[in-house]
Amino acid sequence: MESEWRIFLWTTLSVGLTLSVFSFLYKDNPFYRFTESLYVGIATGYMTIILWYTGLLPTLIDRIWIGQPWWQFWGGKWWYIFPGILGLMMWFRFSKKKAWLSRYPIAFYIGISMGAAIPLEMKNRVNEQLFNTFISPDFSAMAGGFWNGISEIIIIIGVLTGLFYFFFSVPHKGVFGTVAKVGIYTLMIGFGASFGYTVMGRISLFIQRVQTIRDWASTGIEGGGGMSAIVWIFVLFIVLLVLIEMIRHMRKKPTEAV
Amino acid sequence: MNIFEKLSKLDRRWVFLILAVVVIIALLVDFKTPLRINKEVQSVYDFMEALEPGDYIQMSIDYDPGTIAEMHPMTYAILEQAFKKDVKVIITALSINGPGMAEKAMLDIMDSVRILYGKELVYGEDVAFLGYKPYPGIVILSMGQNYRISFPQDYYGTPVDDLPIMKGIINYDDVKGVILITGTSGVDFWISYANGRYDVELAVGLTGVMAADYYQYLRSGQIFGLMGGMLGAAEYELLVKKPGPAMEAMKVQVWAHIVIIVFIIIGNIGYFISRRKGGVS
Repeated sequence: MESEWRIFLWTTLSVGLTLSVFSFLYKDNPFYRFTESLYVGIATGYMTIILWYTGLLPTLIDRIWIGQPWWQFWGGKWWYIFPGILGLMMWFRFSKKKAWLSRYPIAFYIGISMGAAIPLEMKNRVNEQLFNTFISPDFSAMAGGFWNGISEIIIIIGVLTGLFYFFFSVPHKGVFGTVAKVGIYTLMIGFGASFGYTVMGRISLFIQRVQTIRDWASTGIEGGGGMSAIVWIFVLFIVLLVLIEMIRHMRKKPTEAV
Repeated sequence: MNIFEKLSKLDRRWVFLILAVVVIIALLVDFKTPLRINKEVQSVYDFMEALEPGDYIQMSIDYDPGTIAEMHPMTYAILEQAFKKDVKVIITALSINGPGMAEKAMLDIMDSVRILYGKELVYGEDVAFLGYKPYPGIVILSMGQNYRISFPQDYYGTPVDDLPIMKGIINYDDVKGVILITGTSGVDFWISYANGRYDVELAVGLTGVMAADYYQYLRSGQIFGLMGGMLGAAEYELLVKKPGPAMEAMKVQVWAHIVIIVFIIIGNIGYFISRRKGGVS
């Protein structure tokens, strides 16, 4: 029972914060600003603790310092002190005179990342994509039949014309103009697909919050009734916003009179 | 100024209000939206169905609370399918807010499998949650050598070698594949490093915003399946015959999209009328 109450209180807080964030859609207001600050504060605190307990503590401190007894910190893998020093050197970025010291760890980091990334990125993002774009169209039933072949031809044309649109060494006139135009249409179709998915994504977030509010309302009402409650919450929320606006308006008037 | 011109200059807050009303009404009304299963979602389902009891998969739950609307339904559906089939799951989180998401999903599904199917899943034997480590690229590369390099202990501080599920599990070679559910750009690391370097069988569940950018990897075979946003999640819920929040959300999506399309059309008509009159250059 106690746990149910605890869940109800937490979800109530969550619903309140959700509505406070949505209130920004109407206008900037203290509810929104409070929630925004709360979110930033909690997120920063959470991230710091997670990084401490999953990064710095097990991969550096626990390895260097075995802790038994406390002064015997050389008993562990003492050589980890060197990456530790490199990490600390990053902080010299805040000093104008010693900022150059931070370049050493950055050089290490970029060097390692480049070494790992360049061959793999080249293979996977350039070569693999290139080979698999310019394959001969397969019309066989096993590959998906006639429409699969057509789809592969469209992809080849789309890629070539799309690339040509960014090729400015020849003027986009005549045949080249037509090719570039096909290219821009292909790009627009791509952007359209991304836009459609983005709209779906944003609406999904809103729907999920409404579902959360409904579920919260259902837990508070015996035997359900969450949806009717959500309508009332929505109406109350609008009334609250109107009231805030009226109070603001009334407060403004005397100043204007002066 | 005619009606279209007036509407094209409508205060955007009216659009928000109308959209909110439509979403709430659509949730109130009980109706179903027909869903067609796309082959990129079907292939994830087929992969999961082909697994035998005792097989291993890795799930990387790399999303933040901001994208749970799209990501949680995918994670829940796949985890439940795996547990139902006695497939062993190794969970990792390479996004900083991922551990909370992963732990909640794991515990919720362990509970629901116990209640719905009477299966008492044991942490450490049926599932392990290795936790979070920063720098996804380096962690993904290291897991290809040995999970213990990046994850000597699990999320709860137990040494990985003390978990029965991890006995004999060294690296990606010992899992049938990786299902990545992500709302971050970490998916690029998984494709380049896990698939590119170690030939890991990789399927991805992405947010709607990201989905369109990753279809080319599907075509090149670098990923074998893709679930895109709420639609992908709803299709998967349909496949596992477990209607959930994603399927419910799709009926709302339809009406919300209609409203947006109507506003786009009105806005464009207003724009063209204004341009004809010389109002807009």
